Amino acid sequence: MTVTRAEICVTACADAWRGDGEILAAAMGTCSVLGARLARSTFEPDLLTTDGGPLLTAEPIPFGAKAGDVEGWMPFRDHLWLVLNGRRHVMMGASQIDAHGNTNISCVGDWAQPKSQLLGSRGAPGNTRCNPTSYWISRHSTRVFTEKVDMISGVGWNNGAHEIRRVITDLCVLDFETEDRRMRLRSVHPGVAVETVVEQTGFELVIPDEVPESRTPTDEELKVLREVLDPRGLRDREVKS
Amino acid sequence: MSKVISVEEIVGNVESGMTLGIGGWGSRRKPMALVEALCKTDVRDLTVVSYGGPDVGMLCAAGKVKRVVAPFVTLDSIALEPYFRKARQTGAIEFTEYDEGMFMFGLYAAAHRLPFLPTPVGIGSDVLKYAPQLKTVTDPYGDEELVAVPALKLDVAFVHMNRADARGNGQYLGMDPYMDDLFAKAATRTYLSCEQLVERFEGHPSTLLVSRMHTAGVVEVPGGAGFTECLPDYPRDEARQKSYVEEAGK
Repeated sequence: MTVTRAEICVTACADAWRGDGEILAAAMGTCSVLGARLARSTFEPDLLTTDGGPLLTAEPIPFGAKAGDVEGWMPFRDHLWLVLNGRRHVMMGASQIDAHGNTNISCVGDWAQPKSQLLGSRGAPGNTRCNPTSYWISRHSTRVFTEKVDMISGVGWNNGAHEIRRVITDLCVLDFETEDRRMRLRSVHPGVAVETVVEQTGFELVIPDEVPESRTPTDEELKVLREVLDPRGLRDREVKS
Repeated sequence: MSKVISVEEIVGNVESGMTLGIGGWGSRRKPMALVEALCKTDVRDLTVVSYGGPDVGMLCAAGKVKRVVAPFVTLDSIALEPYFRKARQTGAIEFTEYDEGMFMFGLYAAAHRLPFLPTPVGIGSDVLKYAPQLKTVTDPYGDEELVAVPALKLDVAFVHMNRADARGNGQYLGMDPYMDDLFAKAATRTYLSCEQLVERFEGHPSTLLVSRMHTAGVVEVPGGAGFTECLPDYPRDEARQKSYVEEAGK
């Protein structure tokens, strides 16, 4: 079976929650949501996942499906309490990210009168301060991976983050498992050259002497992903092979 | 005693310079009929406090806004709100940008008549840099530095409910109450619009979100959430929302 780039991405996202146990896997973006549900469906069965809304589903559900049986109710106010409580590992998106994992979803340019107003900080300051946080970035480029972010919405390792664990992109997996918590290239997806990642990153990455390839999903993972969680192949629309 | 009044009477209670809280979340259960009516008045210089959606955008477009206090402004299925963007990018409005949880604590503080609530959220981020009025406190039992989120006191709050009665009790029937009860408790005067006025409520008592003790006036406006989602009465009208965005691009 040929594994698509999107399937590598979903698997890498799933691996970010490995070992987390009985906490909420909160996710944004197709591959990230699928990753949380894939982890719960296979190697991390105690995770809690949502219907994309306020319902905690009894089972991991297909992308875009109705909740079915539920095991809990979590309206926005309870999400915000849970951020403080801490039993949560969130995977967010970012418009800009720097070498320490500081991120921006607020605006581009000068904050006082931005060139481009984006969403606003949303829950990023709280998520990053109180919960393990990972990022899913569907298009790895120098526009996103910047030397400096225009506004620190989500705090990085050098600004008091609880834990920035992984950054998964369409090209590679990054982490911060270095002495000074600078971003490191953890693996490249099959078919991606290390040089391509370097070219598409606007700051100096820590590159180990040997960079492994991101793992491919197991047969069981691939079956669950293709037949149960995403039979319509929405993952391949977010990341083209 | 009946608190049923008209939309015009409700917006007539809003004065220039006031702080207006608006319930709902993004493009969900927004009191758009009240917002649209307010846009037609000569009120100005409002401070608008909202988990922002088209309510914020429309008021900005109508020139009613001095300052927005919000953690985000979005249309959900369309990520960015065009009129809010325009207002920010032209420097037409001032902006207080909070984290979502900080914002909730501001409403909680006001609802409980507390001067502030402490939270670790915001430390290290530029939220503090761009909201220099925010102060920190040290945990009196330990040494952690915390942000003292000041009470978000509201002069007036607008909230849209699925059902309400003439006394001013409000019921939500969707999956998420958002922060609508907190807006009601944080405000000096709260006005409800509703899809339907009822004689008696059906459903579980926990769906009775807003108590009449907080309500100054109530009005029935079927479709009063405009194109925003108002489940289970109606989903978001994506086509109308899309043309709203296209109109902004002209």
